[in-house]
Amino acid sequence: MPKHDVAIVGIGQTKFRSKRRDVNIPEMIYEAVKMALDDAQMEPKDIDAILIGNMDHFEGINFSEMWCGIDAAPGYLKPVVKIATGGTTGSSLGICGYYNIASGLYKNILVVGWEKLNEGGATTGIITAFDPVWERPSLAGALGPLALMANIYAAKYGITSEQAAKVTVKNRSNAANNPFAHLQMPNITLDNVMNSQMISYPLRLHDCCPQSEGACAVIYANEEETKKITDNPAWFKGVATAHYYTFGTDDIMYNLPTATIASKKIYKKVGIQDPVKDIDVAEIYEPTSWSELSWTEALGFAELGGGGKLLDEGITQMSGELPVNPSGGVLSTNPIGATALVRFAEAAIQVMGRGGKRQVPDVETALGMGFGGSLWTELAILGKDPNPLR
Amino acid sequence: MDKVAIVGCAQTKYEAEKIDLTISELVFEVVKKLHNDLGIINEDVGCVISSSNDFNDGRTIANMAIQDAVGSVRKSESRVSGDGAFAYVYAAMRILSGEYDTVLVVSHSKCSEGDQFLINNSIFDPFYQRHLGLDQISSAGLMANMYMSKYRVSEEQAAKVVVKNRKNAVNNPYAHLQKEIAIDDVLSSPMLAYPLKQLDFPPYSDGAVAMLLTNEENAKKFTDTPVWLKGYGSCTDAYYLGHRTMTDLIGLELAAKEAYKMANIKDPVKNLDIAEVFEAFSAHELMIYEALGFCDKGEGGKFVDNGETQLNGSIPVNPSGGVLSSNVAMANGLIRVAEIALQLMGKAEKRQISGAKTGLAYGMNGICSQGNCVLIFGGE
Repeated sequence: MPKHDVAIVGIGQTKFRSKRRDVNIPEMIYEAVKMALDDAQMEPKDIDAILIGNMDHFEGINFSEMWCGIDAAPGYLKPVVKIATGGTTGSSLGICGYYNIASGLYKNILVVGWEKLNEGGATTGIITAFDPVWERPSLAGALGPLALMANIYAAKYGITSEQAAKVTVKNRSNAANNPFAHLQMPNITLDNVMNSQMISYPLRLHDCCPQSEGACAVIYANEEETKKITDNPAWFKGVATAHYYTFGTDDIMYNLPTATIASKKIYKKVGIQDPVKDIDVAEIYEPTSWSELSWTEALGFAELGGGGKLLDEGITQMSGELPVNPSGGVLSTNPIGATALVRFAEAAIQVMGRGGKRQVPDVETALGMGFGGSLWTELAILGKDPNPLR
Repeated sequence: MDKVAIVGCAQTKYEAEKIDLTISELVFEVVKKLHNDLGIINEDVGCVISSSNDFNDGRTIANMAIQDAVGSVRKSESRVSGDGAFAYVYAAMRILSGEYDTVLVVSHSKCSEGDQFLINNSIFDPFYQRHLGLDQISSAGLMANMYMSKYRVSEEQAAKVVVKNRKNAVNNPYAHLQKEIAIDDVLSSPMLAYPLKQLDFPPYSDGAVAMLLTNEENAKKFTDTPVWLKGYGSCTDAYYLGHRTMTDLIGLELAAKEAYKMANIKDPVKNLDIAEVFEAFSAHELMIYEALGFCDKGEGGKFVDNGETQLNGSIPVNPSGGVLSSNVAMANGLIRVAEIALQLMGKAEKRQISGAKTGLAYGMNGICSQGNCVLIFGGE
C-alpha cells in the first residue's frame, strides 16, 4: 500500500478535433486546464505542482513544458516536469502523478497531456523512435508494426476482418455518446469499415485510429485534500507498468505480453480474481480494431484467441458484462500525448458516475490502459475507495 | 519525510565524441558498472527512471533505445524528459511511496550526435522567439550582460569561475576537459555573445550516469555509507526571457528556500560543506551563488574574488569541475547528484573535500535556469 491514498478530484478535456485552427498550443491546453480547475473548484494558486507531457518531435518543440507549463497551466513559480514515453505518455503522466501524491511530496498535482498533431507529423516523429540502422528502413512508424501484429494475430487464431470491423462499429457508435470524442459516426456499418481504403494489410482506414488535436487535464489529491474538494472522487487502487525489449521484434509480435504481465501484477495488488466479473468498465488503448481484440485477451478478459468470441457474445458492448471503451476509445479519438490520460480520466468519470450518455450503470471498479513504445503497457485501476477488492 | 538513500553511483568518462559507442552501449556501461560495484543483478532492481531528451538523441521516445541496457524488460520504467535531477526526484518518490525497495536512475546524452544550435533554438516558441535565432548561447549573453551591468561584475570575475572549475576538473577522472587555463585564456577567447566568450561556455560532452536508490530498511545491505535525501525544492520561472528578472535567478532562489526549509538549513555557507551546481556559463555560477544565498545579491563577483568557492574556501562549488568541464546535456543534474553522493560517501578520491557531511546539488531545465531543482543530501 502506498504511503498516501491518491484520488482524481477534477477532470477537463477539450473537444477533440482533427484541426484546431482557432487556438494555438497553450490556448488549447488552457481549455482543459481551466475545465479541470473549475471541476475541482480550485484556483491556479491552489495547485502544488504540474506534470505535463506530449511528444517533442510531433510538433517540433523542445522542452514544451517550459512554455506550456507556464502559459497554459499555472506553473509559474511551481514545479513543472515533463514526462514523455510515446503512446504511453498519458499513462506515464498519470502514473507519475500518482507517485507525486503517494510519496507525500505534494498534496495535489495537475497532470496534463496534449497533442496538436496537425501542426506537425505524427508518423514523421514516430519513425525516429526506431533504431536508425536496423529498424528504420524496414519496420518503423505506427501502422506498419500494428499491421504486422494484426496479421500474425489473425492468422494464428482465425480472427476475421468482420470481427475486427465490429470493434470499430462498437467504439465509433459509443463515441456518439461522448461529447468530447473526435470521430462521431453513430451510423457506421460493418460494410463501411470492411470496404474502406486498405492502409496496410489487414488494416483498413476504419480499422485505424485518427490523429486528433486536444488536451486532457486531471487533478490528483491526497486523502486530506480530497475531503475538502469533493465527496465524489475516483480513488486509485493501483498502477502497474511493464516495458519490453528495445526492438519489439525481439520477442513475439502478438498477444501483447506486457499487458499480461502488468495486468497480473495489478490484479494481484487490487485483489481481482476474475477481471470480467470484478471490473465494471475498461477504457483501453486500442490503436487499431484488431488490437482491441488482442488486448482484451492479454488483459485476461478472454483466453488467448478468444477476443473475437468475447466481442461476438456482446460482453464488451455497452450492455455487456464488461463494457470496453464507452468513450469511443482510441479508434475515435487519438491526441497521442493525451490519449492514455484520457483512458484514466474516462475510467474516473465512470467511477464518479458522471459519464452522461456514455455512463455504464453502477460502476465500482474501472480499468484504464496505456499502450506505446516498443509494446509497453501501463495500467491503473480506479474505484470508489482506495482499498483492494479482497 | 521518510528516508531515501543513494547507495551507489557509476559514471562514464565524459568525452567530446564517443564514436565507438551507441547510446544504449553507453548506458549499458554505467548500468553494468553499478551492478558490479554493488554486487547486484538485474532482479535486485525494482524499477527504472531515466532522463533523456528526444531532440538531443534525435529519437522520438528516446528511452525506447535504452530498455535492454537498463534491464527494464517486463519491468516498470519511466522517463523524465529533461534534466536528470528531476529523474532523481521521481525515483525518490517511488521509494517514498513504499511501492518499490530499489530504483535505478539513469541519464545519458550524446551531444556529439546533434546540432546544438537547432536543438536549443527549438526550445523557443515557434511564433515570437524562434526565428530571432535565440539559443542557449545568445540567451546566456543577454542574461550575463544584464546581470554584469546591473551589479558591476567584471568579465575577469566571470572568468575566475572557469579557471576554478577547469582546475578542479584535473582531479576528476571522469571530467571531459582536464586542462588548467588562465584568466587571460578566457578573456582572449573568441567572443560568442557579448560579454561571454568561447571559454565562458562549457564544451559539449557524451556520457552517462547511473545510481541506485533504496529505502532506510535496505540501505545498509548495499553500502556502509548511504547518502540521504534531506531537502528538495523545485520552482519554475517565466518562459519568455522578457518576462523574467534576468539579473536574478528568482526560480532558483525560491527552490533553494524550500529545500533549505525542509533540510533545516539556516545559513547555507555554514551548514553546507559542498555544492555541485549546473552552471551553464561562467557568470551563471556567480548568479547561482546569490540565488542559493551563499552571498548577497550582486556580490557573486566578490565571492569568487575572495576564493570562497575554491576547494579550500568556505563553500567549495563544483569540485568535480562542473558543467564548464563536462556538459552532458540531460545528465548534468544527475551528475551533480552523483558527485555530491560520492563526496558524502568519502569516495571522491582526489577531488574529495575532507569531512563533507552535507551537500547541495542543483539541476535545471530549459533556458537560463527556467526550471530549477535543488536537492540537499546528508551523509552518515
